[in-house]
Amino acid sequence: MINFDYIRPSTQKAALDSITKDVNAKFIAGGTNLVDLMKHGVETPQKVIDINKLPLRNIDERKTGVIRIGALALNSEVAESELIQNKLPLLSQALEAGASPQLRNMATIGGNILQRTRCPYFYDTTMPCNKRKPGTGCSALNGFNRMHAIFGATDQCIAVHPSDMSVALTALDAFVVIAGPKGERKLAFKDFHRLPGATPHIETNLQRNEIITAVEVPDQSSFANKSLYEKIRDRASYAFALVSVAVAVEMNGSSIKNIKLAMGGVAHKPWRLTETENFLRGKQASDSVFEQAATIAMKGAKGYGYNNFKLKLAPNTLVDALKKATGKVG
Amino acid sequence: MDKEKKLENINENPPYKQESRRGFLKKSSAVMALALAPPALLKAAEKDETIASYFEKIPLELSVNGTSHKLSVEPRVTLLDLLREQLHLTGTKKGCDWGQCGACTVHVDGKRTLSCLSLAVMQHGKEITTIEGLADGDILHPMQEAFIKHDGFQCGYCTPGHIMSAVACVREGHAGSVEEIKHYMSGNICRCGAYPNIVNAIKEVNEKGGSI
Repeated sequence: MINFDYIRPSTQKAALDSITKDVNAKFIAGGTNLVDLMKHGVETPQKVIDINKLPLRNIDERKTGVIRIGALALNSEVAESELIQNKLPLLSQALEAGASPQLRNMATIGGNILQRTRCPYFYDTTMPCNKRKPGTGCSALNGFNRMHAIFGATDQCIAVHPSDMSVALTALDAFVVIAGPKGERKLAFKDFHRLPGATPHIETNLQRNEIITAVEVPDQSSFANKSLYEKIRDRASYAFALVSVAVAVEMNGSSIKNIKLAMGGVAHKPWRLTETENFLRGKQASDSVFEQAATIAMKGAKGYGYNNFKLKLAPNTLVDALKKATGKVG
Repeated sequence: MDKEKKLENINENPPYKQESRRGFLKKSSAVMALALAPPALLKAAEKDETIASYFEKIPLELSVNGTSHKLSVEPRVTLLDLLREQLHLTGTKKGCDWGQCGACTVHVDGKRTLSCLSLAVMQHGKEITTIEGLADGDILHPMQEAFIKHDGFQCGYCTPGHIMSAVACVREGHAGSVEEIKHYMSGNICRCGAYPNIVNAIKEVNEKGGSI
């Protein structure tokens, strides 16, 4: 790892001033992704700004029913928080499905959102990669692309976003709370991460001089008891998703009153299934309705060779998750 | 706390940052640099960066297995390297060094943590427990005893990480069933494949109960 300057500011203002001043500076919180990328030579910040002294670790419920999770709350403490387990079981499940206990003890909520893809070509500095070095090409396009995207990719980049938590938060209509020189703003999760387009190196709509301070999840009380994070991976635990589905459903007898759906492991960002949700709303829960929903969800999907299996795995996982969440398990 | 404040100030505006150090080094001749450097750095002094990093050490205080240490480290030094190279606590193992295998697992303020992905300088004021800190003199920790009894290892390289993780797994209350143990021990890889015996060791310690 090349050396760098290290500072540990005590205030948000000092942290923001510092990152604004220095274009080669990076924030560090848990460090589980940044330190790894620095060891690989993928990230080479000249200055590392340790934000762990900022008071951003609280998890609380507002009067409006909104749950606010500080950006520095650890993945493990959010997953195990009684409030989150009761009110947002989907989020708790998704966090438990990610990484390992050690990593969950280190990684923060803000860092989880901002983690980079695990595309092996992105990590291998001897290979072309538009995300790491714009204009060099995409090695995964005709390479070993088993883990890669089937939705929203371009010839510039077919990497996927690796976060499980972000898939659940996208389904739950959560917001990313951001502080910057002009004050605070909120971005819906579905608008936070970007598709690769022609600029795969720009992964989110967070500006360089901004910092994530929290995540806010609107009241989910009607969904809390019928939600599920289903993750399919190469081994039973501690592996990135091949395909995952986050579903939260509100039933009215045997019909679907309201539903929220997102997929992971399939795109450069958490993949919200809005059209599929619209189709399912008001329908009777049944196998054939779920099959039709899966067909709608898969519109526009494209395989790149080694990942063609996802074209079948994704709809199958969606149908399975819908059956389980609605209680229609056969 | 005064000490805390002092360190903070150093970090926010370290004295060596008040002048352009790199500029100074570039301007000064290599001979001058060599004359200033201690003998051990003579070879390293051929590169600007190494000299620069020599000046860039940051003070760090932390407790390891109950003993307080006042150290100074370069920002890039990981907790793993600090433990092994500076404190000579070589029980904590470097496996992949990329946060994938769990061999470097230690407890930081009681939480199991990967020391290879932790920057040492970020552990200021924290309490670290390594495999060396588990036993009470010659009396092994119950988890160490259980690993021996159940033959929970073969080559032994992953064992310190496994034991540190296993102790945390029981303390967290995540060792209630074989399935649960498997899930909550998945961050530790054993390439010899001693998993069934490791699971048995953890199960036994958990079933015996008591504080470990």
